[in-house]
Amino acid sequence: MNVTVFNRSGISDWILQRASSVIMLAYSLTVASAVIPDTSYEAWSVFMTQTWMRGFSTLALLAMIAHSWIGVWAVLTDYVTVRMLGSLGERLRLFLLVLMGILLLVYLLWGVFIIWGFI
Amino acid sequence: MKDGRPVNLDISTMKLPITAWASISHRVSGILTIPIFALFLWVLQLSLESKESFQILQENFSAPLAKVFIILVLTVYSYHLLAGIKHLIMDLGYGETFEGGVIGAKLLFACTGISFILISWWLW
Ligand code: HEM
Repeated sequence: MNVTVFNRSGISDWILQRASSVIMLAYSLTVASAVIPDTSYEAWSVFMTQTWMRGFSTLALLAMIAHSWIGVWAVLTDYVTVRMLGSLGERLRLFLLVLMGILLLVYLLWGVFIIWGFI
Repeated sequence: MKDGRPVNLDISTMKLPITAWASISHRVSGILTIPIFALFLWVLQLSLESKESFQILQENFSAPLAKVFIILVLTVYSYHLLAGIKHLIMDLGYGETFEGGVIGAKLLFACTGISFILISWWLW
């Protein structure tokens, strides 16, 4: 078994990839429908700081992180491999996954700070 | 896996159908969206921090070069999103033939063109 898979099996990764897509799609449309008709600071900040919207933003942030991790995992597993790069492939792939984990952790903390930090 | 099968994965020696282009660019746009997300977070932060930071952001975005950049970035994201919708539709079992894939890919490129025009029109 591969510990770097987000879930324990490919099927649940597949489902999570689809579920996160749908969440982000809904979120993108929601934000677009708020910002396109009214680009003023007042409308934007009132809209974004409603409690339900903060919750939705947090959900979308979590979805983005799961989605990106699964996506990057799939891409690295296809290209950064022993067959493509020789014996270095395995270690390089793990290294890139760790880097991506750190980046996504930063996104998570930064995102939560923005979503919940401003009045 | 260590079997001795020959593999030809040199993309430059293959002639790719339009469906392959749609698929590979979905991948590329997905990877590109990860660094782009940092820009989204940064913009979100400045837009919510205070009225002043919001105005500074608006002024900076009115520079032509910044506009071009933002339009490109949003187009990459909208491509990934539209290709994602196509992917989900095909997961549901629609258009899973080669002809269906070709039509889907053409529709996808057309919709991306339209979204590029709409985004440019909105921001310019
Ligand atoms: C911050 C936003 C997003 C990022 C960073 C992102 C990133 C990625 C990455 C890296 C992949 C892997 C590409 C591959 O395996 O070929 C992927 C796949 C995918 N994305 Fe996204 N994505 C985002 C938003 C979306 C949205 C809004 C949708 C909704 C329509 C979506 C739908 C999909 C689908 C369906 C796949 C699966 C493709 C496959 O299994 O081959 N993504 N994404």
